[in-house]
Amino acid sequence: MNRNDIIKRLTEIFQDVFDDDSIEINENTTSADIEDWDSIEHITLINSVEKEFKIRFKMKEVSGMKNVGEMISIILERSK
Amino acid sequence: MKELNYPFDSRYIIKYKKKIKKNLINENASRIKKKIAFLCGSTANDIISSLELFLMNFGIEPVFYISEYNKYWEDSVFGNPEFENFKPDIIIIHTTSRNITYFSKDFSDLKEDVHQKIENQFIHYKEMWEKLKRFNCPIIQNNFEMPLLRPMGNADFWEIHGKTFFINSLNIKLAEYAQNNTDFYINDINYLSSCFGLEKWHDSEYWYMYKYAMSLDAVPETAYSLACIIKSIYGKNKKLIALDLDNTLWGGIIGDDGQEGIEIGCETAEAEAFTEFQESIQEYKKMGALLSICSKNDEENALLGLKHPETVLTADDFVNIKANWNSKDLNLLDTASELSLLPESFVFIDDNPAECNIVESQIEGINIINFENIQEASYRLSRAGYFEVTRLSSDDFKRNDMYNANLKREVHKKSFENYNQYLESLEMTAIIEDFQPVYLPRITQLTNKSNQFNLTTKRYSDTEMNEVFKNSRYIRLYGKLSDKFGDNGIVSVIIGEKNGVSLNIELWLMSCRVLKRNMEYAMLDSLVSECRKQNIKDITGYYFKTPKNNMVANLYKDFGFELIKSFENGDSVWKLNIADYKNLNNIIKIKESEYI
Repeated sequence: MNRNDIIKRLTEIFQDVFDDDSIEINENTTSADIEDWDSIEHITLINSVEKEFKIRFKMKEVSGMKNVGEMISIILERSK
Repeated sequence: MKELNYPFDSRYIIKYKKKIKKNLINENASRIKKKIAFLCGSTANDIISSLELFLMNFGIEPVFYISEYNKYWEDSVFGNPEFENFKPDIIIIHTTSRNITYFSKDFSDLKEDVHQKIENQFIHYKEMWEKLKRFNCPIIQNNFEMPLLRPMGNADFWEIHGKTFFINSLNIKLAEYAQNNTDFYINDINYLSSCFGLEKWHDSEYWYMYKYAMSLDAVPETAYSLACIIKSIYGKNKKLIALDLDNTLWGGIIGDDGQEGIEIGCETAEAEAFTEFQESIQEYKKMGALLSICSKNDEENALLGLKHPETVLTADDFVNIKANWNSKDLNLLDTASELSLLPESFVFIDDNPAECNIVESQIEGINIINFENIQEASYRLSRAGYFEVTRLSSDDFKRNDMYNANLKREVHKKSFENYNQYLESLEMTAIIEDFQPVYLPRITQLTNKSNQFNLTTKRYSDTEMNEVFKNSRYIRLYGKLSDKFGDNGIVSVIIGEKNGVSLNIELWLMSCRVLKRNMEYAMLDSLVSECRKQNIKDITGYYFKTPKNNMVANLYKDFGFELIKSFENGDSVWKLNIADYKNLNNIIKIKESEYI
């Protein structure tokens, strides 16, 4: 699994959660780039990512995540 | 929508809630609008969005007022303009053990101190419920789930300083309050969390990070449980359980194995399982659910099985038996029309997945239970909340007898050449009069579950009905009908609001089990006579069209009302000048009231 594989799977999750097939994400995507990405949807999103990759983010990671790139790094690190 | 029927996939619902909502909106189903105030002691956005989906699936379109995080108590007790203006139809108070503040933290607390703390915690909530009564609407309060941690181990349950002891005591007080207050209901998250497993239910990280009082996976379960209470309040429970026979009511195939070969009783493990299933079905019957049989069998064999010496349910327990070789969906539709019920008010239980598929695809809105082991069917029937109880009236306990009396009437009817002769022979008597306090629960229940013979389909909560009862602005009538086969109980209700010398009928309903018995004429006669006493000169009736009440589209016309206005959507307004009105009923005898 490399960063590209992860971004593909993440894109699908983003599209499902926000119910919008046109969403494209990259390493620099942040909540400011997606209209519906508020604090509530953030929880759904994090939960869906956790379920998809069968991992659990640490509390510090959730609050510290700045963009999709950082999320990918954590997923990679955790899946080793 | 299948994704929202029990058993559902919670994770799917959480992830795809936006998509599911879009599909529900596109369904274009008719839904009643209800305003729900959600007062929460933890973050509840996901509960609310799941609740919205389940309610829409039950035919209710909610609009929400959501209290600010942990401002539920202040909102309730002191109020705020937004909340007051919202005028909720239902209030949900979503609190959990996380919100309990009076736990005994001091081992020097004496028994009396601890009991005082429990009482203080209870009063904290009670004060809020009492204040919320200003909205005259049903209140749903969570009870409290068990803590995950028990520092004292088992003693946490019985030792007075234990949290488990505290919560159990508090929960009992909640139950007692619900027993003594109408329109107050408990969402039993204590049961839900134990079913779900406390280890999975509690998710401390989600509490620390987001103030979620339960794990996200448990959210849809909680929302579904709330939705069941609400749909029950609004009369959207199921009414009948249709059962297959072979390998559903008993083990084996009666046609092949014979009466002596089927598994029922307590001789084998299998037999015991089917006996327990029959016993659980009997419980639903006692609460007023109707039972019917829908089986591919020769009728003779079917009846043989129901005469097995060990059987719990016998032929008399069923209001309708279809044991033949017709397709099951057609049999169910026949049963529905013979009983004047809507097929969507049925739950169908069958071990055969193919039969279940056909029924589900042919009858919209019916719920099916297909199972591998019979005990699975009992559990699903219990968890799905089809028959969620919010109030029980004495008519619920008698309903099956009433339907059985109807069967006897049908047989009797065949011996008459003309219908009037038949009606005469029934020796019907009715009591028609102003509401009586003892009947208010039944009257309210009828307003919430009558769909077909219902001119305005206006629903009332207990508190709203109390208002109507106390206010002299209204003319109220209930009608009770009996005949030589039995008492039908309260079958018709009219509520009219006086406006000078006019009366506006805001509710007119009748139970379908007394259709074509002249009862509607008797009701109109009594209404006119009451109007004359109160110097009313004319009566205005409204027909509000719904997908289900077509049978009364021309009722006012048949009564001799004059059409005032008809609308494009099918609604119409009718008027009757009562000066020249002559009584229409000459068959039912009107008796004096039992209550003076």
